[in-house]
Amino acid sequence: MAAVSGINKMYGVCLHAVRVTAGLRAARLLQHRAFRVGAVHQQQPFDSSLEKPQFPGASAEFIDNLEFIQPNVISGIPIYRVMDRQGNIINPSQDPQLSKETVLNFYQKMTLLNTMDRILYESQRQGRISFYMTNYGEEGTHIGSAAALDPNDIVFGQYREAGVLMYRGFPLDMFMAQCYANADDLGKGRQMPVHYGSKDLNFVTISSPLATQIPQAAGAAYAVKRENMNRAVICYFGEGAASEGDAHAGFNFSATLECPLIFFCRNNGYAISTPTNEQYRGDGIAARGPGYGMMSIRVDGNDVFAVYNATKEARRRAVAENQPFLIEAMTYRIGHHSTSDDSSAYRSVDEVNYWDKQDHPISRLRHYMTARSWWSEDDERSWRKQSRKMVMEAFEKAEKRLKPSPELLFTDVYQEMTPNLDKQRQSMWRHVQQYKEHYPLDLYDK
Amino acid sequence: MAAAARFFTRGAHSKLSLVAVGGGGGAHCSFGAALLNASPTCNSRTKTQRRHAAHFTFQPDPVPTQYGPTQKMNLFQSITSALDNTLAADPTAVIFGEDVAFGGVFRCTVGLRDKYGKDRVFNTPLCEQGIVGFGIGAAVAGATAIAEIQFADYIYPAFDQIVNEAAKYRYRSGNLFDCGNLTIRAPWGCVGHGSLYHSQSPEAFFAHCPGIKVVIPRSPVQAKGLLLSCIADQNPCIFFEPKILYRAAVEQVPMESYTIPLSQAEVLEEGSDVTLVAWGTQIHVLREVANMAQEKLGVSCEVIDLQTILPWDVDTVCKSVVKTGRLLISHEAPITGGFASEISSTVQEECFLNLEAPISRVCGYDTPFPHIFEPFYIPDKWKCFEAIKKMINF
Repeated sequence: MAAVSGINKMYGVCLHAVRVTAGLRAARLLQHRAFRVGAVHQQQPFDSSLEKPQFPGASAEFIDNLEFIQPNVISGIPIYRVMDRQGNIINPSQDPQLSKETVLNFYQKMTLLNTMDRILYESQRQGRISFYMTNYGEEGTHIGSAAALDPNDIVFGQYREAGVLMYRGFPLDMFMAQCYANADDLGKGRQMPVHYGSKDLNFVTISSPLATQIPQAAGAAYAVKRENMNRAVICYFGEGAASEGDAHAGFNFSATLECPLIFFCRNNGYAISTPTNEQYRGDGIAARGPGYGMMSIRVDGNDVFAVYNATKEARRRAVAENQPFLIEAMTYRIGHHSTSDDSSAYRSVDEVNYWDKQDHPISRLRHYMTARSWWSEDDERSWRKQSRKMVMEAFEKAEKRLKPSPELLFTDVYQEMTPNLDKQRQSMWRHVQQYKEHYPLDLYDK
Repeated sequence: MAAAARFFTRGAHSKLSLVAVGGGGGAHCSFGAALLNASPTCNSRTKTQRRHAAHFTFQPDPVPTQYGPTQKMNLFQSITSALDNTLAADPTAVIFGEDVAFGGVFRCTVGLRDKYGKDRVFNTPLCEQGIVGFGIGAAVAGATAIAEIQFADYIYPAFDQIVNEAAKYRYRSGNLFDCGNLTIRAPWGCVGHGSLYHSQSPEAFFAHCPGIKVVIPRSPVQAKGLLLSCIADQNPCIFFEPKILYRAAVEQVPMESYTIPLSQAEVLEEGSDVTLVAWGTQIHVLREVANMAQEKLGVSCEVIDLQTILPWDVDTVCKSVVKTGRLLISHEAPITGGFASEISSTVQEECFLNLEAPISRVCGYDTPFPHIFEPFYIPDKWKCFEAIKKMINF
């Protein structure tokens, strides 16, 4: 086993040396980080004559009365917001004062997403696509956070972050292609709808298992930190997925391994039918952050500026200080969980209407815009018409396109085609040739 | 044999051995030793107290000459050498897992942190699903990620990440993303006293998972070459290291990098009457069985080391069975659903008319891996020998 002094040397001196040569960190934070990381080894030599605790596992004072700490769930971590529900700025110093062009872009992306959602939801109902998940009510969390990142920052998502991809410029054609699993799908038709991915836009392909992306994001952030090219990683997940073991793993790893990572939790009130009071008993997800030694904040997810401000600052500091940040964006899932769900089975129409009508990210931003005369009724009408037309064009194009060739059933299992798979591929084609009238070959590319 | 016995009774540098020291006497146990020596039954060990010799003799391969100068290394040192070569050549390579920083519970990473830095060789929290998930993410971001799971017995929390994520990353993304840069290493197989949770051979669970590769070496030279192949391979790989061989297996191992191809089974000995297939430690059992069969039965055995479990080399095994007409497959893992069943099933499909006897599987029983009953549980040379006899006399 390495000598304790060896480890001390590594943590104390080497760590400090690495920090200095990296050259990006504020001096005050330098000491702070070194202190935190080397927590085990910065303690004074063991001295039982002192009254201070000597335990390696915690830095704390003794207490001689028996007291259990009461978790505070009545008045939890406060919710940061910039606008009130009517879109008025509350504290002018918090207005990010984005340009009109930027704000209009926010609005147009949120509404375009909303329009695409409506059309694709309907197309599932009509049997044109197999499945869909809408983003109603959470558009603010997507656009606000995406806007605060660099295009090179890597995004790990769960499945309800299409607005992030839309903000980065993923074409409507590509959204549709994936949902239709047609020959244009970048994913080669292998996954259910809404499992988007884009290498160019640094959006890692979605997978269905929940929370698996959380420790992966920590690993990616660690690799990105070593590259030292001013990149961050953001990891989205819902409050339900935050109950998975992978979430605990990801939080703990990112903190102990000092990763430039933003954890963005969309707390939208439901995990399918399970409300938050059956998901957790503590003060939401933000309260877990300090348990991992992680900087944490709770924001109003329906306030696109609050989301923007928090993400922007978290990103800046995550990269500068190599530590993870946890943002819990409070919001509401206005739509059903998916096209396989009818949420009237477990919540009231009144509850849904409240959020749709009284606290919606799109209307709040619209009020902000109209208050500055940046958006008129005419603008709204013509944008609605234009965005619907764009979506319908992409939709019709995707509908007509053939599906990918069944050859693609067998590729990409490994980087190379294996002899075993090649045999199976040939066997599949022989069979299909023989029984071709039972297989829908005319729907597929050759 | 004596050397193996000595290894066996002292135990590997395992979790168990370290824990055994504990108790009230503090670090040096002199109090405990004094008590023990004072006991009247202490001086002679009774039958029940004597521990058994190892069930195999490690058979080193001839010194390889084609890869440059060699050095005497045991299995864990050959792993260290492979990792050292990797860290030296690939600046993105990182090694992580529980206790790897000080050198690892099996000493596979000794010296690497000092040599390459604490950002490249580091401990993670105690969480296998986190280790593998983290490894996947690092690989996706372009780093060469080498994850260590402390014992194969503890890999199961990472099963979801391996099967649902790592194995499917490339396929599900249409080749936009992949974690081919990920290699997972874990100590594997029986060790004499490992019992339920330090002896498992879980390869069959992973054999059922398209998209990953599963590799098991039989020796130090094989281990280094196969591990380097896994690291270079652009698919996520699981590399199981037979822990009983960590110290017991010593060979002359090339110091430079070299690779041994994956998915190519190796015919170690040619024969005409029976094909024997195994991997890892069991190869050494089968080599001895082949000698016994020749001496006592005049039966000529062809011994094949499968090496890669997934994707496995069907052609080499079938070619051999076409020649011999008889197949025996042996592994420590329980027989039902063990990887021998896959080999058996494929071979009977491909070579049905060549078979002179039913395919024989000599494996562990369908029980958890027992502690004190290990000598009865394992597929030892006598069981394999008996199985050959039955096949010859079919």
